[in-house]
Amino acid sequence: MNAFVQDLLSGIATGCTFALVATGFVVIYRVSRVVNFAQGIFAVLAGMAAESFLARGIPHPMGEILGVLAGALAGGGVGLAAVGRRNTPPLASLIITLGIATGAYALLILIWGDQPVSYAGIAGTTHAGPIRIQNQFLLVIGVTALTFAALAAFFGRTYLGKALTACSSNPHAARLVGIDVRAMSLIAFVLGGALGGLAGVLLTPIQPVSFDSDVDLAINGFAAAVFGGIVSPGLSLVGALVLGIAEAIVAGYFIPSFQTGVALILLLALMVWQATRRRATEQEGT
Amino acid sequence: MLEVTDLVVRYGQAVALDGVSLEMAAGEMVALVGPNGAGKTTLLNTVCGLIDPAAGRFRLGGRVAQVPEGRQLFATMTVEDNLRLGAWRVRDRDPTRIYHLFPQLANLRRRVAGTLSGGEQQMVAVGRALMAQPDLLLVDELSLGLAPMVVDTLADHLVELNRTVGTAILLVEQNARLALELCPRAYVLEAGRIAASGPSTELSQTAAVRAAYLGGALEEAS
Repeated sequence: MNAFVQDLLSGIATGCTFALVATGFVVIYRVSRVVNFAQGIFAVLAGMAAESFLARGIPHPMGEILGVLAGALAGGGVGLAAVGRRNTPPLASLIITLGIATGAYALLILIWGDQPVSYAGIAGTTHAGPIRIQNQFLLVIGVTALTFAALAAFFGRTYLGKALTACSSNPHAARLVGIDVRAMSLIAFVLGGALGGLAGVLLTPIQPVSFDSDVDLAINGFAAAVFGGIVSPGLSLVGALVLGIAEAIVAGYFIPSFQTGVALILLLALMVWQATRRRATEQEGT
Repeated sequence: MLEVTDLVVRYGQAVALDGVSLEMAAGEMVALVGPNGAGKTTLLNTVCGLIDPAAGRFRLGGRVAQVPEGRQLFATMTVEDNLRLGAWRVRDRDPTRIYHLFPQLANLRRRVAGTLSGGEQQMVAVGRALMAQPDLLLVDELSLGLAPMVVDTLADHLVELNRTVGTAILLVEQNARLALELCPRAYVLEAGRIAASGPSTELSQTAAVRAAYLGGALEEAS
């Protein structure tokens, strides 16, 4: 029972990092209608950059914050390339992000080599009765919860957040009232980069990252995002937690190498169930 | 207020506007009528800066805002958010004065815009454009898909706005009868060119305009 609860918590923590990557997908897609294939790269870059900063003596959490900023900067760069030019067709933008994601491997290997990179997160464990929880897991869960609360406040309460939502609700109308949809898309890319970067700096102490760790993160993050139609941060969070927990349980009790596959099949089944339910309610409505 | 000179707009090979010239004084209310595909919406979107003209030019003597065809609300957002976003280019984001103009909207402020009736949505669209405090209001197909009574109410609001605030209004309508009734002066746009212009009373007497837009012959027969 004890071990199960610990697996569950580690699954929730991994799920949280998927959720951050997923929200990056959502934020970017909602405003720019581009599925950003470079989303996983932000996490890898931020994790590796944070490791370098920490190794050079920059203290916690400054090293991690700089890592997140590196992710945001990379997000802005990818955004400029993908949607910076006027009238770039969405399909071209998507291919550009795919190209950057592939090309980034060379850059990452050039700077950090091809070996996994890690650093120590928060040390120690917290005891809750018979259950022992690694503090880093608590940190991941806490920071993710705070981030989602901050995002909800940003999109729900601030004028800039509402302008971003307006671009996704009706881009033509957004242009009509004078909102620069391209500038908003760039802001979304920077935000998406920061969210990916946050996932990276939180994950690296738990799971060392190498240049190609983005694939696993991006696939899980994208699956979680699709669970919410790539537009709902809330449903993405649910999808990401389902994936994280399922993977932890498969790894702990069955065959570890099957963990991603099994989790994705579970999510697929959930989506099929969701779709049939939606169709049923639509039919009832008519 | 608005001076359009020899404006040409192309979509690829297709010519949407083929040398359009048009003038509006401050505080004037002008109708722009014409059939589907004549280029009316293209003209509005060019004046709003959404489309780059291939040739010709236009001069604006103040702020411009558009009430687009089909209302184009932020359907997933609340009425109040829609109104506030209309003020993106100006400082004052307080929608109170819109609620004075359309008291109905005050009660609907927390409702999601997409769930409102057509007439209510059109009020939000007009209100959102007015939030930009325009000197020139471009109204595209105000009457489309709305009940006659609702159209009358909205039209009254526009006329009152024109009279009291002095906002210049360019009214684009397929319903030429309504447009010519409301506006003292009108332009007829056909296949990207101005086919006729002048005082509405004169235009509505012209045989060609009557036949094409007012269903003149048919109506007199009935």
